[in-house]
Amino acid sequence: MQEIYSSLQLAFVMIGSFDPDLVEIVMLSLAVSLTAVVISLVLGLPLGAAIAMSHFRGRGALIVFSNALMGLPPVVVGLLVYLALSRSGPLGVFNLLYTPWAMIIAQAVLVTPLVTALTREIIEQLDSEYAEYLSSLAISAPGRLRTLLWDGRFNLATVSLAGFGRAIAEVGAVMVVGGNIDHLTRVMTTAIALETSKGNLELALALGVVLMLLALGVNLVIALVRPVDAAKQRQPVFR
Amino acid sequence: MRAVLTVLSYTCWHLWFALAWPVIAMAEQASIIVQSTTSTANSGLYDHLLPRFEADSGVRVNVVAVGTGQAIRNAVNGDADVLLVHAKSAEEEFVTDGYGVERFDLMYNDFVFVGPPADPADLLAASSATDALARIASSEALFASRGDDSGTHKKELSLWRLASIEPFAASGTWYLETGSGMGATLNVAVGMDAYLITDRATWLSFANKHEFQILFEGDPLLLNQYGIILVNPLKHPQVKAKAGQVFVDWMIGGQGQQAIAAYRRDGKQLFFPNAR
Repeated sequence: MQEIYSSLQLAFVMIGSFDPDLVEIVMLSLAVSLTAVVISLVLGLPLGAAIAMSHFRGRGALIVFSNALMGLPPVVVGLLVYLALSRSGPLGVFNLLYTPWAMIIAQAVLVTPLVTALTREIIEQLDSEYAEYLSSLAISAPGRLRTLLWDGRFNLATVSLAGFGRAIAEVGAVMVVGGNIDHLTRVMTTAIALETSKGNLELALALGVVLMLLALGVNLVIALVRPVDAAKQRQPVFR
Repeated sequence: MRAVLTVLSYTCWHLWFALAWPVIAMAEQASIIVQSTTSTANSGLYDHLLPRFEADSGVRVNVVAVGTGQAIRNAVNGDADVLLVHAKSAEEEFVTDGYGVERFDLMYNDFVFVGPPADPADLLAASSATDALARIASSEALFASRGDDSGTHKKELSLWRLASIEPFAASGTWYLETGSGMGATLNVAVGMDAYLITDRATWLSFANKHEFQILFEGDPLLLNQYGIILVNPLKHPQVKAKAGQVFVDWMIGGQGQQAIAAYRRDGKQLFFPNAR
């Protein structure tokens, strides 16, 4: 209990003093995870919406598969990305291993299935709610997709938060493909793992507190642009 | 509402470029990758050596700290320019197989047995490293093994062989294979009051010792020799052989050896240079 208290103290001292090493690690964590989430949204939103609105053989199997991918263990993703980016792997010529880009790729691979599966869920539900309106107005498929994505935007913001949460919190993948290199690929989670292995439990926990505050900050920003009663405001808007 | 969103995304974008991009772009800087052991990294040795080397040479060194087994496997895949580990026979095999150019002795320290102060297996009375293991096995006192093919794990296995003891049948009862790094295994051992073998540098710099202490040390068998190898550019053309060679030469040369000898932690020397 004493340790938890002193960790909290240490966390606020570190934040208050703007420790340059800590600032560097925090900035890199944010840069890597936010970039990974943006890539995942670019891939996952259209993909999820497309699956939601289409009908084809094997769709059910695809949905089960994409849902299962949400449970991908980070360390397995790390290994797969390592094998791909290794100098002896297929993408070795790009020299991306042990760089922040390798970590972005690994986290994007982790988060994209999550975004895809949740988007499909949300859009499918909206689509069935709006089915009558949309078909009575004879809107084209792309217009339909745009309308559904726009009207689901608040729920989709929550999806991106879930994706960000998975990205910023994972350690298994970035440890393998980033290598936890000081001043290059050290992020919050790998720094916590390192300090734990050095037996600096208080410092490790203090870093954990900083990480939680960081997640809280990102969630606050999203909450500011998302009305609290978003669900009630949802009405079909045709533009 | 839309105005807020526009302003927000605009701000985010600029923040990203101003703050995050330089961090990400740093990867472009000329540098080498050293696959190394956790013991050298966790003890703070690199924080002491690398600024000196980087000032001398202008080459940035990126250290990936993993167990020796994993470090060698990564280097076999070409994901290193220099290998700095502690398992001599595995290192020699790495060179013989053509993955390394040449192996040099770099420095040494030793392994020690640490355990709870109650010392249920009476290691304080042990006459040798093999006797210490025999005492642990016969009293079935808890023993935490790395179990991860690291240099320390290889050393521990060779000691069991020399003691003619087969601990693996007891795996999960008194013989605990953590499959983790030295620090994680120390945390487990401290939590469970188990004995373990650790390199002295990691032990001295480990902060979560509680009541644990060194209970046996000094057997010549417990020598911990580190070697340094340039990864062979003939196997992997992307290896930065030139900069890697500069690092190897500096480490086994006068400046590096003196810098290693000068490193102290709480007044104690952790590594003893012995390059020839």
